[in-house]
Amino acid sequence: MLSALPGVLFDGVAYGSLLFLISIGLSVTLGLMNFINLAHGAFAMVGGYACVVATLRYGLPFGVALVVAFAVAAIAGGVLERVLYRRLYGRSPLDQVLFTIGLTFMSIAAATWVFGSGQQPVRLPDTLLGQTRILGVDVGIYRLFLIAIVFALASGLALLVTRTRFGARIRASVDDARTAAGLGIDVERVFSVTFTLGSGLAGLGGALGIDVLGLDPTFPLKYMVYFLLVVVVGGAGTIVGTLCAAMVLGIFDVAGKYYVPWAGAFVIYALMVALLLLFPRGLLRRIR
Amino acid sequence: MSVAFSLPDARWRAAEIAFWIATGLVFFVFPSHLVLASQVLITGLFAVSLDLVLGYAGIVSLGHAAMFGTGAYVAGILARNGWGEPLSGLFAAGLAAAAVAFVTSFLALRGEDLTRLMVTLGISLLLYEAANQAGVWTGGVDGLSDMQVRDLFGVFPFDIRGRTAYLYTLAVVFLVFCAARRVVHSPFGLSLRGIRESPRRMAAIGSPVQRRLVVVYTLAGAMAGIAGALLAQTTQFVGLEVLGFSRSADLLIMLVLGGAGWLYGGLVGAALFLVAQSLLSRLNPVYWEFWLGLLIVLVVLLARGGINGALTRVSARLGLARRQA
Repeated sequence: MLSALPGVLFDGVAYGSLLFLISIGLSVTLGLMNFINLAHGAFAMVGGYACVVATLRYGLPFGVALVVAFAVAAIAGGVLERVLYRRLYGRSPLDQVLFTIGLTFMSIAAATWVFGSGQQPVRLPDTLLGQTRILGVDVGIYRLFLIAIVFALASGLALLVTRTRFGARIRASVDDARTAAGLGIDVERVFSVTFTLGSGLAGLGGALGIDVLGLDPTFPLKYMVYFLLVVVVGGAGTIVGTLCAAMVLGIFDVAGKYYVPWAGAFVIYALMVALLLLFPRGLLRRIR
Repeated sequence: MSVAFSLPDARWRAAEIAFWIATGLVFFVFPSHLVLASQVLITGLFAVSLDLVLGYAGIVSLGHAAMFGTGAYVAGILARNGWGEPLSGLFAAGLAAAAVAFVTSFLALRGEDLTRLMVTLGISLLLYEAANQAGVWTGGVDGLSDMQVRDLFGVFPFDIRGRTAYLYTLAVVFLVFCAARRVVHSPFGLSLRGIRESPRRMAAIGSPVQRRLVVVYTLAGAMAGIAGALLAQTTQFVGLEVLGFSRSADLLIMLVLGGAGWLYGGLVGAALFLVAQSLLSRLNPVYWEFWLGLLIVLVVLLARGGINGALTRVSARLGLARRQA
């Protein structure tokens, strides 16, 4: 039992980093505009399908396909924000939830119509296949690659938020949108850009996650709870909080499936209710 | 008693009486669609129960199926294990669902809207997984069948055309609806509306806000459980989807379509939703999901307050035009 622990931890971290990548955009938009976007998983799905089309239909290399996935999801997010989402800011949570459930249903139906209801295959480059041994533990090279990419991106995002002018605007807007606007920050523009970036990252996560999470039209609903959970537990609008929450959930989910398979998804849902009740404002808010 | 503080007018209006006579006439006018009609009434009752919670008390919930599913499984398991008498089964199911609602209300009523949405969703998902794992009792993924529901009052058997089922459902739904109507027209119902508008002020004038919310959540839970039990008894089947996320989400959509906060919204919304679904998914189930999504998006963007809200606005505009003319 215990001998498998390092492997389980490793898989949990890999899973958690995917959750982080997909959820970070949701976290920032929720923190910025208090907007509850249940359709966030749809952008991840868009990225996943873009990657599949790019690699299988157009024969592009995997690395290029990842860039395509990011770009397509970012454009989709940017356009939808401009055309639709913008009208819903400041409306009641119920309106926002309904609206984004509607978008989710439409995305599921559209994906079924275009790609069929089956699981999509992904062809990874040979260099990312197989296993390697680190410190006496067998680890999948692809999962190692995943963790490396996500940690690079997370550090990049942290730098963006803490060291750049744009990052300062984001932080100011998250803290207090009205005061920020009063100081001359164009909060709407900040929101557009972060929404676009967040959708792009979700798309990238969806593409990277085909091998781990799978990809079929029900993707946005199947993983909706996970993304929301990461955000709500991590506390909206914090990168570190989201990262911690994603890791905790990733590790618990993988460990739960490995050690108590009969409990199924029970572990993760019980954890969700418990964490929400203990930390109604997010893990980090409580610590602070 | 002064007019400003009088209770809402609880007299039955002509339109309401006509509505219920029409539901009775369905039995004679659409004898070949009684199964669908029963589904509409059952789902309508479920939506009315959400209306009590959401439309009157202002508690948002993404997991109302938890109580519906509990009722369905309790009635189903009783009928499968030799307790096929429908009325007592209905009662037991309502009681069990009320118990679930009462216990979970202490979790679900904490926090703000976002936390509430997530916690109610989490609770219903937990129950879904529990039902999935307890395959010995619930039949797991295959669902619960082989139910022996006995004749109603020991006289009327549940026939294949759904005639008994429809009348049974109609009677139960009408009685429970009357109870809900009584509740919202009572001082208790009025205080719920006050809490929806401003919990702080209600607390300040001495209303026990938390206790009121627990009571209405439990009451609505019992109603949802009765609706679930009706579904189990009339279809003689309970699938895992009675606890699923889409049941809660569809329910919200129906209620918003019909308009929350006037009880009939749930019934009207359920009728529109299910009839449209049965017509459109005959063409293609996938298209139905797409149009449904589009419909919700449009309702949220354009027609706030659902059908009722739109009608009120149209009539207000007409009235305004008449006055100007």
